[in-house]
Amino acid sequence: MSDEANWEDAGAVKRFMFVNRKAPHGTIYALEALEVVLISAAFDQDVSLAFLDDGVHQLRQGQDAKALGMKNFAPTFRALDDYDIDKLYVEAESLAQRGLSAEELIVPVQVVDRERMSALMAEQDVVMSF
Amino acid sequence: MAIQVNGTTIPTDEEGYIEDLNLWSPEVAELMAQEDGQELTEQHWEVINFLREYYDEYQIAPAVRVLTKQIGKRLGPEKGNSKYLYELFPYGPAKQACRYAGLPKPTGCV
Amino acid sequence: MLHTVNKSPLQTRDLDSCLEHLAGERLLLIEDGVYAAVAAGEASAKLRGPAAEGRVYALGPDLEARGIGHDALADGVEVVDYAGFVQLVAEHGPHQAWL
Repeated sequence: MSDEANWEDAGAVKRFMFVNRKAPHGTIYALEALEVVLISAAFDQDVSLAFLDDGVHQLRQGQDAKALGMKNFAPTFRALDDYDIDKLYVEAESLAQRGLSAEELIVPVQVVDRERMSALMAEQDVVMSF
Repeated sequence: MAIQVNGTTIPTDEEGYIEDLNLWSPEVAELMAQEDGQELTEQHWEVINFLREYYDEYQIAPAVRVLTKQIGKRLGPEKGNSKYLYELFPYGPAKQACRYAGLPKPTGCV
Repeated sequence: MLHTVNKSPLQTRDLDSCLEHLAGERLLLIEDGVYAAVAAGEASAKLRGPAAEGRVYALGPDLEARGIGHDALADGVEVVDYAGFVQLVAEHGPHQAWL
C-alpha cells in the first residue's frame, strides 16, 4: 500500500461513521469494529466514530483484558490519532446514565448530546453499526 | 510451522509470524533475517525496536504509513520515508519488520 | 435516514435507543424487531408518534414467520416486503442498523 496513494482524486470522499453501542469485552463487536476502523483509515475517507449506549464503556480508562486471556485493545484507541482519525463523538446522555465523565475516558473525545448525535448520523454517507 | 532458536521451538503461522510474542528474543529476529539472506544492522534494529515499543504502548502493529510517519518523528525525516524503509526491509517495511519484531501482521496490510 | 431494529423490545434496549435518536427519520422493524409493532403489546405505544406520521414500517415476511397478522399491528405501521425494504434504503439512506 503506497503512502502516496491519493484516493481523494479517484472519487469523492465519503463520510463513514462507525457506531459503537456494545460494551467491550462481553462480545467481539467492539474489537471487530476497531479493526474495521483501522483498515478504513488506509482509504483516506472522512471517518468518525460514535460511542453511545454501552459503547461508551469501550473508552473507560484502566481496562486490562489480559487476565481474561483476551486482546487488551483499549490502548489501541490512543493510536487512532496516528491514523488521522480524530473525530470521536461520545453521547453525553449515555455517559451520564453510566456514571462516567469525559475525564475518565482513555482518549480525548467530543461529547455531544443526543440530538447532535442523531444529526451526525443522518449526515453520513455510510453508517456502520457494531 | 515453527522456528528453532537456541534449542527452543517457537510456533509461527503460515506466513512466518510468531504466534506468541512473549517468546520473542533478538535471536528470533537474527534468525529470521538470516533465513531471508539479510544482515540486521543498527538501522534495522532502530525500526524493530520502535515497532516493539509501539506495540507495547498501543497493542497494534502500525500500518505502513503510520510507521513511516512515526519513524520520521522519532528518528529524523531522512529515515521517515518509504525509500529508506524499503531499502532496509525490501519485503515491505511493516510486514517484514513486524515479523522480525515478533508482532502480528499489521492490521489492514494485505 | 432509515433505521432498522431487529431485536424484540423486551429483549434489549435497541428499540428504545433507536427511538431516542429517530428524530424525524424512518424506522423499519425487521426480524424479532417486528414484535414491537403488535398493537396489544406494551412496546407499540412507543411507536405511536412516528407511526402516526407514517414513518414506521414492519417487514412482512418476518411478521408472517412469527404468526403476526396485519390486523394485529398498531395503527399507522406500514407493512413492506423485501422490495419495499430496498426501496426504503434507496430513498431514505443512509441506513443505520440498531444491532
